[in-house]
Amino acid sequence: MLKNLCQKMFGRSLWVYHANSGGCNGCDIEVLNALTPYYDAERFGIKLVGSPRHADVMLCQGPAMRATARALRAAYEAMPAPKLVFAIGSCACGGGMWFDSYSVLGPVEKVIPVNYYILGCPPRPEAIIYGVAVALGLLPKKAAPVHFKQAEFPIPRYHPEDLSGRGDLVIYEKAEKV
Amino acid sequence: MGCGGCANNCSARCILVFDVCQELRILQYVGRRCTYCGRCAEVCPEKAITMSQEFETSTNNIGDAQQRLEVFMSTCQRCGRCFKDETALEKLKMTGYRFDDLQNQRWIFGARAYQENEPAVKDIAIEMDW
Repeated sequence: MLKNLCQKMFGRSLWVYHANSGGCNGCDIEVLNALTPYYDAERFGIKLVGSPRHADVMLCQGPAMRATARALRAAYEAMPAPKLVFAIGSCACGGGMWFDSYSVLGPVEKVIPVNYYILGCPPRPEAIIYGVAVALGLLPKKAAPVHFKQAEFPIPRYHPEDLSGRGDLVIYEKAEKV
Repeated sequence: MGCGGCANNCSARCILVFDVCQELRILQYVGRRCTYCGRCAEVCPEKAITMSQEFETSTNNIGDAQQRLEVFMSTCQRCGRCFKDETALEKLKMTGYRFDDLQNQRWIFGARAYQENEPAVKDIAIEMDW
């Protein structure tokens, strides 16, 4: 449903507004690189606009900082209603290398809701275009979390979630024998 | 192997180590703030971490970038001699059993790991007008 809505709402030209809230300009350069004739994002109708009031998509670069958090929020609220927010780069996605510094609030999702995350420091222009394609429903996403367990201990001490019972009587559900 | 050298050399501190007990260590890679500097792959004595050219990692759920390994450590004492440290000071700070905050995805240094009642790292509260 979200995919259909996205295709309906954002099927035509996407106008992007490009908000840097204290990044290092690396992601800015990559975004501008994605708009150059080499990658030619304008053939999809993606156009850079200077004001958030004209924009459909907000590209956030840099972490939310103490000084710029209000301005970022104001820019988000100035955008007209069907809006997408992309967090570009590891600063915007997770706070970056200085996530616990005194002037950094953290990822931009602490200040504004983020729809899509594009990882990388900075992400390649191909990665940015791929992220837009994922958001429009043209391509499936490939990332998936990885969980790996080397050994499972059949000792109740390591599996407190499998213990049941009350009072003095405690039963370990995975035990083969009592 | 689970020596944790990648965690100690990570510049974005995005690899967390949690020692459940002597035998079990949880290594959690928080991909959301990884800067892909490659320092972890450089320091790994077993070459278990490799850098790849895959860049199509964009996602709508940030949990997709996460990796969680539960490694069997047998009788390892976490002395930290199997990887090279930056300075002697770093070595003092990093070795031994570690209890990082997996929920809030932050490091907790050894001396503060046992202060259970107060959070080791607090978020900065600032006034916002909304």
